[in-house]
Parts: sequence; C-alpha cells; structure tokens
Amino acid sequence: MDVEQNNTAPFPGEVHPTAGGGVLVTKLDEVINWARSNSLWPLVFGTSCCAIEMMSTAAAKYDWSRFGFEVARATPRQADVIIIAGTIVNKMAPVLKRLYDQMADPKYVIAMGACATSGGPFFYNTYSVVKGADHVIPVDVYVAGCPPRPEALLHALITLQEKIRGNVS
Amino acid sequence: MNKEELRQSLTAMLPAATFEEGGEWTTVLIDPASWDGLARQLRSGAGLDFDYLFCLTAVDWRTHITMVYHLVSTIHRHVMVVKVRLDRERPVVPSVSGIWRTAEFHEREAYDLMGVEFRGHPDLRRLFMTDEWTGWPLRKDYEDPVNMIKL
Repeated sequence: MDVEQNNTAPFPGEVHPTAGGGVLVTKLDEVINWARSNSLWPLVFGTSCCAIEMMSTAAAKYDWSRFGFEVARATPRQADVIIIAGTIVNKMAPVLKRLYDQMADPKYVIAMGACATSGGPFFYNTYSVVKGADHVIPVDVYVAGCPPRPEALLHALITLQEKIRGNVS
Repeated sequence: MNKEELRQSLTAMLPAATFEEGGEWTTVLIDPASWDGLARQLRSGAGLDFDYLFCLTAVDWRTHITMVYHLVSTIHRHVMVVKVRLDRERPVVPSVSGIWRTAEFHEREAYDLMGVEFRGHPDLRRLFMTDEWTGWPLRKDYEDPVNMIKL
C-alpha cells in the first residue's frame, strides 16, 4: 500500500532487521502523536445544518473512517475531538463548555462552518447567538463554509492530524 | 365547506367581522373581545368542527400586533385563518389553550418572544428565554446592547 497516496502518515521510525527480529529506532513522542492522530474519535455533537454535512462526511460516500475517525462516541468521556457542527446559542454555551470539560485529555476542537467560527449569518442583530464558539472553548481548526462541504471537513480533520503530528496542538 | 360558505357562516355568527381578500384560505379579521366566543363556535359549531389549531403566531406591525390562528377541521377538511388585532402597548387576548390544547405551548412562545398576554392561560411563563430575561426579542424595536451587534 502506498502510504503517501492514501494520505495517512508513515510510521515515524526506522526498523533495522536483525537476526530473529529487528530493532526499532524512533522517538516516543512521535509514536504517541502518530497513534493519536490516526485514531481520533469524534463526539456526536451537532447543533444545526452543519451536522447534516458532518453525517454525510461520516457516511459511505466520503467515509471519514478512512482517516481514523470512524468511532463517533455519544459520550464526551470517550471522545477525542469535538466538531462544533452548528450555531452555538447563549443557552447552549454552558452545555458545550461542560462537554468539553468532560472530555479526557488530549482533546481537540474543530469549529465547523460560519456559525461556529464567528456567529456567521447570526453575527448582526441577533440576541441569542454566541459570536464564535472560541468565546466558550479553545478551537484548533476552523472550517469556512455555510455549511462546509464534506471535503472541507475532511481537510480540516487531516489538518488537525498534521497539527497533532507536528506537536503544535 | 368551501371558502364562500365559511364566509357566510362567519358573517352570521359575527356580523361585524371583516375579511381579508386574496388569500388561499378564508381569513377573518376580528377584535380581541369577540375572539373567545368565536373560537368556541368554530371548535364545535355544526358543520364547522375546527378541531385542530395547526399554527399560532404573532406579527409585529410596529403600529399594532396581530395574532394569527390557522385552523383546520380534520372532519370536513376545510381551513381558515383568524387574525386578531391587538394594541401594541398592551397586547391582551383571551387564551385558546382550553379549546385547542396545542395552544398552551404556542401561546407561551408568543408571550416569550412577542410579549402577548394570554388571559386565562394556565401557565404563562417564558419558554425559550431564561426566566430572568427582560424584553420581547422578536419585537421590531427590540434592543439588546449586551448580546446584539447592530448593523
């Protein structure tokens, strides 16, 4: 299998074959980051139409399990990444904060779409909408679009993987 | 009943009622004082039997507020619209939650966002906004300097 073409990162390390086995030379941090980046479990969380695109990204045609996101979890205790797929209103903000707090470290956040990024179409003249989810929790990757296409979300997820592997998250 | 028959039976019940032309359904304009009596007649009057209130909403026209009720009879398959004109400073209208149970939540919503007071509602409190909220967010002149960025 051509690893580059499949858009997954090669294993970070060198294997030196010896008699009866081999010696692996690598850095532990890199192996941990490599493992983490390739099995990110998203939280089942969607507050509006972006969630429909997120479901589409998970479904057969776009199939985000190709990159290690297949196990969407319905509890924050078992999730690694929260994709904020939709508008966050003032009443939802404490819920989002609590979900984020309940996730175990290391945890990552993707702000999907205009609403989660800045309030989007609800930026002006709205009494109920949080003007960007980063007012509530820290965000790693922002995705533009209203809603973003599944390709855009996949690109954001791969960007997050690169960020984790680069040890910048 | 068709549109014209509905109109005739309404005129018989309420000679002062006026009608709005051009809509898909028979639309009657009334004042709040006659709404409770009319609602009961529409619910159980012979040949009317409007047993389902499928939409309840309020419109802020800046000069006044209009309550809009969409009614359908599942027996006769006819639809009509009732519009009640209210004073914007003091919008009070009798509750129809005792006649159509679905109005209970819809009236709470209209109260919450438009500030319409429904007389006789069993539990008129805020539905979407927090209990301590002041003001009616869907009014055209609503201002909220804390949460709103004006354009």
